[in-house]
Formats: sequence, C-alpha cells, structure tokens
Amino acid sequence: MDFGLSEEQRLLQDTLRNFAGQECPLPRLRELFEAGQGHDPELWKGLVEIGVGGLALPEAHGGSGLEVLDLALVAEVLGEAALPVPFLGHALAGLAIAWGGSEAQQAEWLPKLATGDVTATVALLEGSSAWQPEEWALAPGASLRGEKRYVPDAARADLLVVGTQGGGFALVETGDPGVSWTAEEGLDRTRGIAHLHLDGAKAEALPGAGAAARVRDAALAILAADAFGAAWRLLRMTIEYAGTREQFGTPLAQFQGVKHQIANAATSLEPARGLWWYAAHAVDQLPDRAPHASAHAKAHLTDRAIGAARDAVELHGGIGYTWESDVQIWFKRVLFDRTFLGGPEVHRERAAQISGW
Amino acid sequence: MDLRYGEKYEAFRAEVRAFLEGWPLQGDEAKLPEQEQQALFRRRGIERGFVYRHVPVEYGGSGGEPDVILDQILQEEYAGSGAPGNLLTQGAAMLAPTLLEMGTEAQKQRFVPKALTGEEIWCQGYSEPGAGSDLASLSSRAELVGDEWVIHGHKIWTSGAEKSDWMFGLFRTEPDAAKHAGISYLLIDMKSPGIDVRPLREMTGGALFNEVFFDGVRTPAENVVGQRGQGWQVSRATLKHERNMIGNPNQTRHMFEELVALARKGDGNAGPGLSDPHVRQRLAELEGYLLSQEYTAKRILSATARGELEDVMLPMMMMKLHGTNLRRGLSDAGFDWIGADGLRELLDEEQVPYAAGTPGAWTARMMSAIAIAIAGGASNIQRNIIGERGLGLPRDLRAPKG
Ligand SMILES: Cc1cc2nc3c(=O)[nH]c(=O)nc-3n(C[C@H](O)[C@H](O)[C@H](O)COP(=O)(O)OP(=O)(O)OC[C@H]3O[C@@H](n4cnc5c(N)ncnc54)[C@H](O)[C@@H]3O)c2cc1C
Repeated sequence: MDFGLSEEQRLLQDTLRNFAGQECPLPRLRELFEAGQGHDPELWKGLVEIGVGGLALPEAHGGSGLEVLDLALVAEVLGEAALPVPFLGHALAGLAIAWGGSEAQQAEWLPKLATGDVTATVALLEGSSAWQPEEWALAPGASLRGEKRYVPDAARADLLVVGTQGGGFALVETGDPGVSWTAEEGLDRTRGIAHLHLDGAKAEALPGAGAAARVRDAALAILAADAFGAAWRLLRMTIEYAGTREQFGTPLAQFQGVKHQIANAATSLEPARGLWWYAAHAVDQLPDRAPHASAHAKAHLTDRAIGAARDAVELHGGIGYTWESDVQIWFKRVLFDRTFLGGPEVHRERAAQISGW
Repeated sequence: MDLRYGEKYEAFRAEVRAFLEGWPLQGDEAKLPEQEQQALFRRRGIERGFVYRHVPVEYGGSGGEPDVILDQILQEEYAGSGAPGNLLTQGAAMLAPTLLEMGTEAQKQRFVPKALTGEEIWCQGYSEPGAGSDLASLSSRAELVGDEWVIHGHKIWTSGAEKSDWMFGLFRTEPDAAKHAGISYLLIDMKSPGIDVRPLREMTGGALFNEVFFDGVRTPAENVVGQRGQGWQVSRATLKHERNMIGNPNQTRHMFEELVALARKGDGNAGPGLSDPHVRQRLAELEGYLLSQEYTAKRILSATARGELEDVMLPMMMMKLHGTNLRRGLSDAGFDWIGADGLRELLDEEQVPYAAGTPGAWTARMMSAIAIAIAGGASNIQRNIIGERGLGLPRDLRAPKG
C-alpha cells in the first residue's frame, strides 16, 4: 500500500516548478494577466517540450503513457503558478480521443497533440449549466449546428472535442468554415473562455461509449488539483506578507488573530490533498469509485480553496483588494476552478445520489 | 500510487478475519463474565500475534516485527468486528509506548504488561489549576528524600483517577531550574497514603474526571521515567500518543455512518428518507472532511512505512484540530436531527457512555466534542503549533521560549 507520490512524480513537479519560476516570473505573469488573453504560446511550447502535451496519452501514439494522477499533479503546479496555458482543454481533449476514439482517430490526432503541433480543447457547456454528458442537447451527426458556451482556451485551439446528445463526443476542426467564435472576457485572465457557434461544422463522432463520463471525472479531479495549488500559493503569499507587514510595531503574523486565521485556512486545505490524489487515481485504476471521488474532490477542494483565498485577500488588507495586488490573479483562478463544470452544491448532491442517499 | 495492500498483507487480513470470527465467544465460554471473556479473547489474540502486535513478548505483546501496514490492517479489522483488541486506555495507549521508548528495563517489565491488559488502570496527572495550556508552569512538587520522592500538590481534570491504580504525572523536582527544565515524570501508586481523589462533576452530569490532592505522598526513587529534570521531554512523547488517538479516523467514520442512518430514519428534524436538501448537503460536506481525515491518515501511514515522515509533518500537526473540528460537525448535526429529544437532560450516570443509536448518544457526543477540543492541547494551542512550527510564523508576542 502506498498512498504517496513516486520519485518520478516529484521530479515532474519540480521540473514544472522550475520552469514556471524561470519562464513566468511575476512581472511576466502580470503582463499576461493585463493582456487578458489567457494564453502565452511560448509558455505552452515550453510545457509541451517537457512532455505535458501527451503526458497521459498512450506511448504507442507518442504520449508518455502516464495517468490522470500525473495530469492532476501538473494541474497543481499550474495552479500554484497561475500559468496562462491551454492545459485544461488540451489534456481533456486528449483523454477523450484516447478513451473514445477509433484506432484511426487516435493514430491521426494523438501524436500531434503530444508534440503540440495541434492544440485541442473540449466544448461541453451549453448554457450556464448543462456541462454533464447526460445534459448535452447538441444533436449528433456528420455536421453540427448549435452553441457551446464557456469553452476553455478556445481562441488558440486547432481541434475541438464537442459533447453531443446522449453523452457522445465529436471531433471538429476549428478551421472549418462552420466554426466561429465570440471571445468572452474571462474572469480568470490566466485561462481564456469563448462562446462557440457551430453552423453546419463538419464533425466526426468518436465511437467509444462511456468516455464522456470518464473525461468529466478527470476534469473534476484536475480542477480540484488546480484550485489546491492556487490556494496554497495564496496562503504562502499571505504567510510572507504577514511576516513583513508591520502594524502596532510588530509583524502582523505575530498577532494570534492573524496566525490562527492562517492556521485554520491551512488546516482546512492541506488534509484535503488526498481527495484529489484519490479521485485522479480512481479515474485510472478504480473506475467504480471515480464518479463519487471526483464529485467530492471538486466540491470539497474548491470550497476549501475559496475559503483560503478569501482569507488571503482579507489578510493582505486594503492592498489585497486592489487591482494592483497579485492576490487577485489566484483568487480568480480559484473562482474559475470552483465554477467551471458545476459548483460545490451540485457536486455534493451528485455525491449524495451516487451514495444512494 | 498503489492502494492495494498486496498478497502478503491480504493473506494476513484473511487470517485476522478468521480469528475474529471467534468473537463473541461460544458455549461455556460465553457464560463467563464480560470482563473475563474479553481478557480471554485478547490473550488468544496476543498468542496469535494479532493484539499489541509489535510490543515485545517479554512486555506482554506479540513480538512482531515493526510493520505499520500490519498494524493498520489489524486496526481496520478490529474496528469493523467489535471484538476486543488493543485497549485504548491511557495506560495502554499512552503510558506503555512512552515506557517502551524511554523507560528502564525494570519499568518496562513491571508496568507495561499490566497496562496493556488493563489489569492496572492508569491516569494522567499533568494539569493543575494554574497550569493547563501553560503546563510547564506547574507547581506540584516532589523532593527526593532518601530513596523516595515526597510529593505535595494538586492536580485537576484527571480523567479516571477515581478508578485508577497508578498515575503517570509531572512534578517540579528542581525548584531552581528554568521552567521547562525542572520537571520530572513520576509513576505513583494511587493507593499511597496522602492521596485524596475528589470527583469533579462534568457538564454532562457524569463525573469522569477529578481533582487529586497530594500531601506527603511517597513513591520510590526508581519510579522516575527518563532522567530527573527531563519530565518535559518525556511528557511530549506521551502527548504525541494522546493526539494520535484523538485524531484517528476510525471513530469518526463510525459516527458518520450512524449520522447517515439517523438522517435516513428521519424521525427527528432531518425529514424522512434523506429527502431534505439541507440535510443532504450538510452530510456530503461532512463527508468531505471525513475523507480528508481518512486520506491524510493513509498519507501518514504510507510515509511512515517508507520512513519519510518529514513529508507529512505538516498534516500530522493538523490531525488533532482537523479531527476535533470534524467531530464537532458530526455531533452538532446529530444533535440537531434528533429534534426535541435533545431537550432531555442526561443525568443518568449509569448510562454514560450512552448507547449508540439512542438520542442520548448524540447529546453526549455534542458535549464531548467540546471536551476533546480542550483535552490533550486545546484547539488554540494546536493553531499555535501549526502556525509556528508548521508554517514558520513568528512566536506569540509574550509567550516565553520553551
Ligand atoms: C474531558 C477532559 C479530560 C481531561 N483529562 C485530563 C487528564 O486526564 N489529565 C490531565 O492532566 N489533564 C486532563 N485534562 C485537562 C486538559 O489537558 C486541560 O484542560 C487543557 O490542557 C487546557 O488547559 P486549561 O483547562 O487550564 O485551559 P487554559 O489553559 O486556561 O485555556 C483556556 C482557553 O484559552 C486558550 N489559550 C490558552 N493559552 C493560549 C495561548 N497561548 N494562545 C491562545 N489561546 C490560548 C485555550 O485554547 C483555551 O481555549 C482534561 C480536560 C478535559 C476537558
């Protein structure tokens, strides 16, 4: 029994942390945040070189053959760094093709996803909700007509995996004349979102059944991990700030009111780490457990993370509430993780149903 | 990551399960008094290597090789079966490991076996009226006169003192030394002349703790654990075991299952059949905290097995606070859902602890959740530890070093 990370997994995280620290220091992140595009092609290129593009894709198709847990570990670091890269959509689209695609579809697309020659994303939501496979209403067929909302990292994607009625997936190339976008101004400026219009776009269904539910579970675990990383980053920033900012002649952190608030936030967050570890692991290895575990991970982690994030803003005082302060970058990153694909209440109710309550 | 225990461990689990089928006892053995049945079963467990597994045979254990995964499997199986396994008394769970770590050979042989079987009951004499969280300011004193310690002073909140045979306690033995350096850890026979135990009534109506007065009480010089003046370090070892006991998820899992059953029944305030959305949300949120506790225990277990404890220092510091917060959440929900039955006072001491599944159990738990948030280091003290030792925040304004 080993509920912990392997040497390789730690190494992967260290590599990514170094990369983020070197390639996207705060001033650069701030520039990207101000630009509001949610995407930096150079950063993404660098990540793909590290292998992030095909991390959990089969080795036979150019991937590294790792697992959803490894994707979640990447997400934790990306959340910590608030890295503006199209990781979420790309990773999920890759899983959709690997789990639901035909041999030919896999052979055509996966190697390109792994090398980053093609960037992909998933188009799931149809309104402000309807993100679950069983809620999709878009009629399947050789061409697709309809709308998808809040598509992550859409502006730079070459390939779309679109959710269709009955929990199906279809592949659509963004170069198709039937595809158009309205970019939305995203709250989280480190990850873009767009409104997708499909007007007779050429589509190719993925034959595999059941892939959509699995992709959803993977998405929930990955969002939980991202929120966890972002919230810990906020706590660390707060610990540093409270250690240097003086009021009443002493650092804030020496006041118990402050110290205890930080200790409480950390204690609500850190013990929950195993929730996303387990959920991600379950998607790969314990399929029966994955829906329940990932629902809990998403609900609990994003709830605890937003609590920690609120404390972080508050403990930075007035400066923390300014546009100028960096805490807003991570606060909004957590808000994205919490809101995208359903908030805590929705997932708690799902978990309750899965438990047979 | 691999959550399977593996063949060797599953084989062990199967043996343990087969053994646990021997409880409850059958035939003539079932006619023995409850206490004797438990003792008999536990003795068999020790022989098989399934009780006090890694305690050496000469001190009353099974003498198994250290292996935290085997210990874990035993815990899981005993928790599920209701069979009597390791006692969770202060003697077995706190004193015995402390002596095994720091006691003399004679102390181990004399005290550990009987603490493990519960033949000798122990109480913990740390707190004093003027020394609770600031335990190192205790003033009960012991003086070495010839080959005996002579003790004067006053302990308080001593759980179970009225039925204890022995006390492990902290006493000031070097009056001139600095606060933390002048304390010794002594073992005292509770039948010694000069000891006066007076019950303190709790808010539940029960009297599970006491005041203990010492007036010239004598205990042999060799009943000091560790070196004289090092009692503070020895007591840290004991407290570690106390906190682990409080932060252990087995009991909260059990309480959670009961809470689900209560909500399903819904004859109080919960609404029948788990139909009320508030009830469902509240339960699911509590389950998030429960899973956090369980996975953290697994993380700690795995890191222990790998010998990489530094990886989990921070979550280990958090276990008591997290666990007591969770117990409060669970027991508050239970108390709310029993409805108007919560109006009844719990004055029937015979019934403490109240049987699981009864409304009284939830009332008692709601109150005892506060008790465990105080005992073994109050929540604010845990927050200080997490903040200062775990997160590197500066020490309190006026708290002296120690
Ligand atoms: C059910 C129960 C059983 C017990 N059993 C035993 C036993 O068997 N043996 C034994 O020796 N003791 C026992 N105790 C005593 C227990 O260890 C003490 O009550 C505990 O350590 C707190 O000390 P105190 O009561 O003096 O509270 P105080 O130290 O007076 O603290 C009161 C409050 O102030 C807060 N506080 C104190 N210092 C600080 C600080 N520096 N910063 C912030 N907040 C602070 C605390 O969190 C607490 O909430 C038991 C207590 C209970 C409730």
